[in-house]
Amino acid sequence: MTGILKLAYKLLVNDKAKFSALLIGITFAVFLMMFVTSMFSGVMKHASANIINIGAPLWVMDPAVETVSNSVGMPAYVLDAVRSMRGVKYAVPLYSGGALVKLRDGNYQTVTVIGLDDTSLYGRPELIAGKIQDIYAENGFIVVKDAEFSKLENPHIGSEFELNDNRGVIVGIAEVATSGLYGLPTLYTTYERAIQYIPNPRFTISYVLVEPKSTNDIPRIKQQVERLGYRARTKEEFMQNTENFFLYKTGGGTNLLIMMLISFIVGLSLSGQTFYTFILENLERFGALKAIGEKSRDLVLMILFQATFTAFTGFGLGIGMCVLSVLLAKARLPSYAAMITFGNLGISFGMVVVIAAVSSYVAVRRVLKIEPFDIFRG
Amino acid sequence: MPKIAIQASGLVKWFGEGEAKTMALREVSLEAQFGEMVYVVGPSGSGKTTLLSVLTGILKPNAGKVLLEGTDIWGLNSDQLADFRLAKIGFVFQDFHLFPRLTTAENAAIPLILKRKPWDGAIQEAEKYLDVVGLKNRAELPPVKLSGGEQQRVAIARAMASQPDILIMDEPTASLDGDTGVSILSFVQKNVLNKDRCIVVVTHDDRIYKFATRILNMEDGRLKMSEKSTS
Repeated sequence: MTGILKLAYKLLVNDKAKFSALLIGITFAVFLMMFVTSMFSGVMKHASANIINIGAPLWVMDPAVETVSNSVGMPAYVLDAVRSMRGVKYAVPLYSGGALVKLRDGNYQTVTVIGLDDTSLYGRPELIAGKIQDIYAENGFIVVKDAEFSKLENPHIGSEFELNDNRGVIVGIAEVATSGLYGLPTLYTTYERAIQYIPNPRFTISYVLVEPKSTNDIPRIKQQVERLGYRARTKEEFMQNTENFFLYKTGGGTNLLIMMLISFIVGLSLSGQTFYTFILENLERFGALKAIGEKSRDLVLMILFQATFTAFTGFGLGIGMCVLSVLLAKARLPSYAAMITFGNLGISFGMVVVIAAVSSYVAVRRVLKIEPFDIFRG
Repeated sequence: MPKIAIQASGLVKWFGEGEAKTMALREVSLEAQFGEMVYVVGPSGSGKTTLLSVLTGILKPNAGKVLLEGTDIWGLNSDQLADFRLAKIGFVFQDFHLFPRLTTAENAAIPLILKRKPWDGAIQEAEKYLDVVGLKNRAELPPVKLSGGEQQRVAIARAMASQPDILIMDEPTASLDGDTGVSILSFVQKNVLNKDRCIVVVTHDDRIYKFATRILNMEDGRLKMSEKSTS
């Protein structure tokens, strides 16, 4: 570190009260921003859990579907039509719905039931206990061991339950990449058993999962599905659709925006004001430095260094606080929906840069205006 | 023959325009030589501070010329002027302007740091000047823990650290009690002034006039008279 920067550093950190106030402002703003955006990212990831876990590249659905958990049944001919389309390697049905499970203690628990194509079991989860072929056994179900697992009384292979007055037996325990948003345990079974056990409207296919011959075929398949009166979305588009639904149709986006704005205002007002006061307090001394022979650009460099150092330290502390909070929350609530992504980090970093830039701009203007003559004049 | 440190001629400076125009300097000319401790005295508003600012390259005159060690300082650009001040001129300000969050040694080292000397080397060198002003044992203290006289001595050490040829002292006793002020100027005369240095002191404290080599009296923007010190 050059002498001038070390001088700037010492002037900053030795003023412990102001430096603390600056750090608190930035840290709190970053914490708020990180927390709210990571919460949103976590919710989005959990909301798209089935899309991620099943992993099909192309999903055919009713045009009214906005999120994966709100499917609209499609008639069987849609599956046949999709299978006959050019560019389709294969297509399978998927059932996705909710049901009530009666536990051994007599209590009821709502569950998500995924019905996989009987022939291919396309989209099956990775088993950590049991054999996949046992899903074909009488009343066979695979339970997902996630944060909601205990809600089914921590079942093991052979555990029995009732599902809409039908007997169910756990034949396998699976793990998935992401658990669902709504805090419900997930059971996998075959498509035919799912529609047999769960009361359904006339049309039972929730989604048709499509494997295209190549990615180049996707636009053509989408056009053909469109002509059929349905909609085909890639995995990424479906996840984006889910995110858009939460952003624009639930008030989540507005809340997110408000929280982001609040964190920005908190950071800017607290840190900007403190930094400006810090500069004002030292203004005459900066003027004295100018009189002694310091160039204006060196003063600007000092101020930029102080602003940058504070911003980055606050950024690190804010992230650390957020990570700690999320870890603590997850230790208590395993299904806690918060996820720190590079996007969250980028947004928070951007905010910190803006706060530092605005604060230092105001400070630099003030310092550049001070004339050494004013120091003599007193 | 003594060398000329400061040579100013025909300095004119005014502030404001039209009816608000105030003449601060009216055709001021002066010379100061190395080895001299020149006092500029006069009532408030007489133009002492303006003259000091113009002589040190801080305030540009409307007319006139300032040669410091033969260099026409108002012919330099702002960066050159800043470098010139840093290399040749030391300042002792009326209110000291020490950084309260830095130690005494760090404050004294500021001109050296501005000259891009390595931090540790600058502090060590500054400590030598603190030793000269009798404050080496206070090097690690912040200025707020020092008395007014001690703070003034730190300011002197800071000014001396850059080994300036010209030392400017602006009302050096204004923030000090009478005895301390006298002892400070006595110290400056004995330890800071030498044949290679010119000291300009702006003051209206007549208790310290006895340390002056020469006293220039300013009134209404003019140097009214010049007299030798009685001491």
